[in-house]
Amino acid sequence: MDDIYQEFIIELYKNPMNFGRMAKPDYHAEVHNSTCGDRIELSLKMKSGIIVDVKFAGSGCAISQASSSLFTEYLKGKTLDQLKKIDKQEVLALLKIDLSKNPSRMKCALLPLDALKKSIK
Amino acid sequence: MFNNIKKDFPIFLNIPDLVYLDSAATSQKPQQVIDSVTKFYSKENANIARGLYKIAEDATMNYEQVRSKVQKFVNAKSSNEIIFTQNTTSSLNAVMRGWGENFVKKHDKIVTTVMEHHSNFVPWQFLAKRKQANLVVVDVDDDGQIDLGDFEKKVKDSKIVTLSTVSNVLGVINNVNKLCDIAHEQGAICVVDGAQSVPSMPTDVQKINCDFLAFSGHKMLAPFGIGILYGKEELLEKSDPFVYGSQMIRKVTQKENEWNDLPYKFEPGTPDISAVIGLGKAVDYLSVLGMDNIHKHEQMLIGYLLKQFSELDGLNVLGPENSKQRGGLVSFSLDKIHSHDVAAMLAEDNICVRSGHHCAMPIHERFGLAATTRASVYVYNQKEDIDKLINSLKQVQKVFS
Ligand SMILES: Cc1ncc(COP(=O)(O)O)c(C=O)c1O
Repeated sequence: MDDIYQEFIIELYKNPMNFGRMAKPDYHAEVHNSTCGDRIELSLKMKSGIIVDVKFAGSGCAISQASSSLFTEYLKGKTLDQLKKIDKQEVLALLKIDLSKNPSRMKCALLPLDALKKSIK
Repeated sequence: MFNNIKKDFPIFLNIPDLVYLDSAATSQKPQQVIDSVTKFYSKENANIARGLYKIAEDATMNYEQVRSKVQKFVNAKSSNEIIFTQNTTSSLNAVMRGWGENFVKKHDKIVTTVMEHHSNFVPWQFLAKRKQANLVVVDVDDDGQIDLGDFEKKVKDSKIVTLSTVSNVLGVINNVNKLCDIAHEQGAICVVDGAQSVPSMPTDVQKINCDFLAFSGHKMLAPFGIGILYGKEELLEKSDPFVYGSQMIRKVTQKENEWNDLPYKFEPGTPDISAVIGLGKAVDYLSVLGMDNIHKHEQMLIGYLLKQFSELDGLNVLGPENSKQRGGLVSFSLDKIHSHDVAAMLAEDNICVRSGHHCAMPIHERFGLAATTRASVYVYNQKEDIDKLINSLKQVQKVFS
């Protein structure tokens, strides 16, 4: 039963990276996945045109939590223009698991991307 | 009696290691039902209530025979009280629009409960808003039982009381006979959502004395696309149709029209005749097993499941501990593991359960949960299905430990 639930996913679920909130984020958004009740809040800090800090908070399944950890890490050092260009494939590549046959899990994995898009809109 | 049932269900032959524990969402279908649909399309296909040729007359007769079968199945007084709809949702919406539209006025009180499925919640919320009426929500106790004191208080001077016989999240069986009586004493009509009870236990609408009862064919071995609305004849007479067109009309002139008689005034357009034929076979199948026996079988399995659950650390069950107070389903959560992950990991072992809010967000909110995992049983399930579930759940806990 562990095609999707590889050790690093479980590990990130238990010990997420960049988990928390920010006092005064430059960009901020909260998104929900109505089918499973997952909720993710994303906060971004910008300095001289570059993302210097990213945090996420909320609750969700292992996939959305692991994806958020990896995704927040990935955003650091990027410019606003670069953020705008990030697409689904990049997020899925971070997770390194095949979700092509699990459309419902795909939504979980892409939740932090939804949050990013909403925050910089 | 239940030991040999799986062989009637081709899905278990085609997917031999399938552990299907999601019958509360929809039941599997026996060969007899599937065959009746195929037979209809290959040998009897014709529209009803119009043609004078043999297959059309036969289709009409067979369709009406199913209505009589359903009438007996729920012990309605007359077959005029059985309306064919699409599903429970459309049946409940029919009450809201047919009766509610005519009789609910500004400041009227509509009472529902916090455990209702969105299908028995949102229509009333909508009606209340439209009519500037008040929707009042009855609470449950921590065990998931309707808070009787709260119910009696809130039902005072209400117009409609609506509740489910069995909650699709808590699994609790509500004492609808008594609750309907209390509603009637206050002059309210009582609407019952039987989606989770009619498939699994004996139903007697005259005993319950409910004014309306809604349920779905697809949860009781029948095809998709057929739902049932039972309504007391007198109330159906006072309700108006809300979908207009063929069959529901008796006479149309250029200026006027006249509604058809019951039940046709609520069955506009060509129905899914094949699904109705399938429903007839499903009722036959269930009747042979006996609704009392089905209920006992489910309670036996749920009792077995609850006992094993009680031995798992970090597993929390929603609703009553006693299986005698339950229908055939249990929702639960595992400490520190999201229900989505539980269901997805079980899926990898071919175990089908549901995760999420099960279209009942108010009750999850009431218990402070975003989502739960739900296992439900039906006629074809056996103890070994429960054993497999327990084994895999232990694995899930191990992976996350
Ligand atoms: C208690 C309850 N009410 C209503 C419904 C809605 O049934 P349907 O989707 O067939 O309209 C369900 C099904 O999930 C249910 O469990």
